[in-house]
Amino acid sequence: MAKHESDELILLDFWASMFGMRVRIALAEKGIPYEYREEDLKNKSQLLLESNPVHKKIPVLIHNGKPVSESSIIVEYIDEVWKDKAPLFPSDPYAKAHARFWADFIDKKLYQSGRNLYTTKGEELEAARKDFISCLKLLEGELGDKPYFGGESFGYLDISLIPFYSWFQAYETCGNFITEHESPKLIAWAKRCIQNNESVSNTLPDLEKVLAFVQRIRKRFGIDE
Amino acid sequence: MGGSETVLLDFWPSMFGMRVRIALAEKGVEYEYKEQDLANKSSLLLEMNPIHKKIPVLIHNGKPVLESGIIVQYIDETWKDKSPLMPSDPYVRAQARFWADYVDKKVYDASKKIWMLKGEEQETAKKEFIEILKVLEGQIGEKPYFMGESFGYADIALVPFYCWFYTYETLGNFSIEKECPKLIAWAKRCMQKDSVSKTLPDSHKLYEAFLEMKKKFGL
Repeated sequence: MAKHESDELILLDFWASMFGMRVRIALAEKGIPYEYREEDLKNKSQLLLESNPVHKKIPVLIHNGKPVSESSIIVEYIDEVWKDKAPLFPSDPYAKAHARFWADFIDKKLYQSGRNLYTTKGEELEAARKDFISCLKLLEGELGDKPYFGGESFGYLDISLIPFYSWFQAYETCGNFITEHESPKLIAWAKRCIQNNESVSNTLPDLEKVLAFVQRIRKRFGIDE
Repeated sequence: MGGSETVLLDFWPSMFGMRVRIALAEKGVEYEYKEQDLANKSSLLLEMNPIHKKIPVLIHNGKPVLESGIIVQYIDETWKDKSPLMPSDPYVRAQARFWADYVDKKVYDASKKIWMLKGEEQETAKKEFIEILKVLEGQIGEKPYFMGESFGYADIALVPFYCWFYTYETLGNFSIEKECPKLIAWAKRCMQKDSVSKTLPDSHKLYEAFLEMKKKFGL
């Protein structure tokens, strides 16, 4: 659409961040060109600190100089501004509320649970593994027999969750379990997302690369066994 | 048309429940309010929110909507012909969501520390809490409401905490008005709206009830 032709978009991000990946996928779904800027999280740029002074976190989308922060908020913003192409949200308010609820569940439960898998040992790790698997099973239940969380089409909730797939090898190695055994339907869904959507296959980093990254974090924090 | 097609499962002192009550009042929606006993959760609550088992839950035409921020947006999108709660511009809307999210992430946990901790730890908690309120105060600035001229989503996210200020101040022995006068002015401005003044319980009544709860649950 003509009114967005001269838009300037900068994404401040970090390659391994599942939250950043959500934004990259949404932008790709809409076919929106943007400048990607990798942030060194140990040495945050002036632009990042100015654009998100409250949380100082990535991702931040800067649209014509104006920053938007928090991945879920950014994805909704993208969907509302570039509304003429590839709608990410269902139009029905109840379906929307439902999608937002599950995205919130992923943010509140799955992320922390996953983090506990690579930052804890012994009994704590046992508890983290049980917790993580139960989160996966709940999500699998929500997916049911649908091809995507949104139904027939790839949408907001799929975008919220699929980046976590790139962390599965890291979670499995640290937590000593195999996702495919615990939640086969979820793995099938993830593969479907990658196969059918270039926005996903072009965005998700290699699982081995993420595993290596997580192993470096563990070494740095002395969590190695 | 009765109120039975819209039911709210709630707990009267809950700031999160108050957000929903304010939104419903803004829209003039008739609904059935069902007070929940959080020490003895009803089968309806457990059925409608099996994952988190928390209030508020809005049940509309038999289907549950969960999480106060999500419920408020649902209310705005469903009863869209009156009193818009979200700004119309997508960028301003993203800002409103950001600030409501900031309230969710920071205010409740910081406030809990004030009444749970003592001594040095409580002093630190009070400082942290005031810092958070100052950020919010700074965001409102000279505007009447968070996003400008109209009362909306971000205001609804924060204003229920106002009736709890007396409890925090009394238990923490400090004055929020002294530290954040503009925030109190904003809160009083919000209280001039019926939807807010008729929803927020009396601060002193809340304090008494809170002391009872503290005793009862050994908090």
